[in-house]
Amino acid sequence: MIIAEWKPLSELTAKLRGHKKILLVGCATCVAECAAGGEKEVETLAPLLRMALHKEGHPAEVVTRTLERQCEWEFVEELAPLIPQVDAVLSIACGIGIQAVAERYSEVPVYPGVNTTALAIREEPGLWLARCQACGDCGLGETFGICPVARCAKSLQNGPCGGTRKDGKCEVDENLECVWYQIVKRAEARGQLDKLLEFRPAKNWSNSLHGGPKRVLREDLRP
Amino acid sequence: MKSGSNLERVITAGQFAVTAEIGPPMDANPEVVIEKAKVLKGYADAFNITDCQTAVVRISSIAAAVLVLREGLEPVMQMTCRDRNRIAIQADLLGAAALGLKNCLCIAGDHQSFSAAGRLKGHPGAKNVYDVDSIQLVNILKIMRDEGRQQGGDPLKTRPQFFIGAAWTPLGDPIEFRPIRLGKKAKAGADFIQTQGIFDVEAFARQMEKVRNLGLHEQTAILGGIIVPRSMMMMKYMNQNVAGVSIPEKLIARMAKAKESAGADKEKAKQLQEEEGTKLAVELIEQVRAIPGIKGVHVQAIEWETQIPEIVKRAGLYPRPSAPA
Repeated sequence: MIIAEWKPLSELTAKLRGHKKILLVGCATCVAECAAGGEKEVETLAPLLRMALHKEGHPAEVVTRTLERQCEWEFVEELAPLIPQVDAVLSIACGIGIQAVAERYSEVPVYPGVNTTALAIREEPGLWLARCQACGDCGLGETFGICPVARCAKSLQNGPCGGTRKDGKCEVDENLECVWYQIVKRAEARGQLDKLLEFRPAKNWSNSLHGGPKRVLREDLRP
Repeated sequence: MKSGSNLERVITAGQFAVTAEIGPPMDANPEVVIEKAKVLKGYADAFNITDCQTAVVRISSIAAAVLVLREGLEPVMQMTCRDRNRIAIQADLLGAAALGLKNCLCIAGDHQSFSAAGRLKGHPGAKNVYDVDSIQLVNILKIMRDEGRQQGGDPLKTRPQFFIGAAWTPLGDPIEFRPIRLGKKAKAGADFIQTQGIFDVEAFARQMEKVRNLGLHEQTAILGGIIVPRSMMMMKYMNQNVAGVSIPEKLIARMAKAKESAGADKEKAKQLQEEEGTKLAVELIEQVRAIPGIKGVHVQAIEWETQIPEIVKRAGLYPRPSAPA
């Protein structure tokens, strides 16, 4: 899923100061799963915002709505009756949802309430770990189903750097596994360490954002 | 000869090679590099010029390498994958070759988060690049030199003639993979290898046995890394914080004894520890040199480069083989 994290309240109120009626809008999909932008978080954040703005001398009304999917136009359309009644929108969906709302309702300012940070999985309750970087050149078949692009601090392609800790953790963060340590262990368990001998040449990054903003065109699905 | 560098000449001649490290300063003062070069001239076959080590902004490796070259020393420029994409890397390689540099060490580079260690603010918010990794970088140099092609395929009329180096952490985990990774570096085109600092010589010797069984010591020239310990505090710090470096307790105990024998006299404690560290470094050089398959040593005296001449002399590695005019 796409994961996001709340921005500090002070950053939000600094942007929202002066607005009188704010629509706080969440999304019931990815950001709900990662407990950042679902209905529960919308209803938690709204009173916090009201209180903070009031305390700072800029009281505002905060109305709430959570869309099923903020990244799909048909759901975004549901906000149409609400928009004329507010003078700002605060979205706590991912960056895609925020932009969808900003594009459909370009007449009002739309602010991000979260930072979108990764494509991740929920590892344990309250712990999410990045899994994919949408690099556009998937090599998971060569790395035993573990992605070093997203999960190695240096996106190394040919094995671990010298920084693997004794317990198999990453030198950059003692709480993170060295992903190459894991790849090697999985290869060993399958008796296929020799598969990691193969030199993996420089990646082609042009099918990711490095090739310019991504555009996927499927002629078979075109009207 | 692939590059015509002095380091290549020494290694090819079968002589035991010595390289040392020079760290550029964090400002624009060339004198710091020039002074270090003057002190070290003649005490190693080539001198590594670090490329913003620990991700701290310093005079660039290529610029400092040229300063060193002008003083009559042979530099080993270092190139990390952290700060440049393949376009910038190759452009800098062509420029470095055009300026007369002949050795290049290819490394991934320390992560930018390390730049904020200790008292430094660093640049932990920097975006890293890692377009290519260190093994891919080695291969890019090899293709440029031996096949006269850029990574993208365009031809090079004048090829950059580098003696290509790579780093190796022999005792890092997963330890069983380290010889394999060395093999990948050799196969990708590494002519020489400089290892992470070795303190646990027995464990290193065991890894070298695996390396010899794979025949890798014949495919690339392995120079054992020697970090000169200056104090007990430094040894303890490295043992706990530097991945791939493990220091046997008996060596730390020796340094502790040197420190304690000075009593409350801090100046004397410093002197005694520096003397013990020098002795330790010389012993490590001798022990590493005795391991079959080792072609030289790479001596790192971090922010203590002035001690290198003494260490090289005591290890019986001075004078260095003179380069033909």
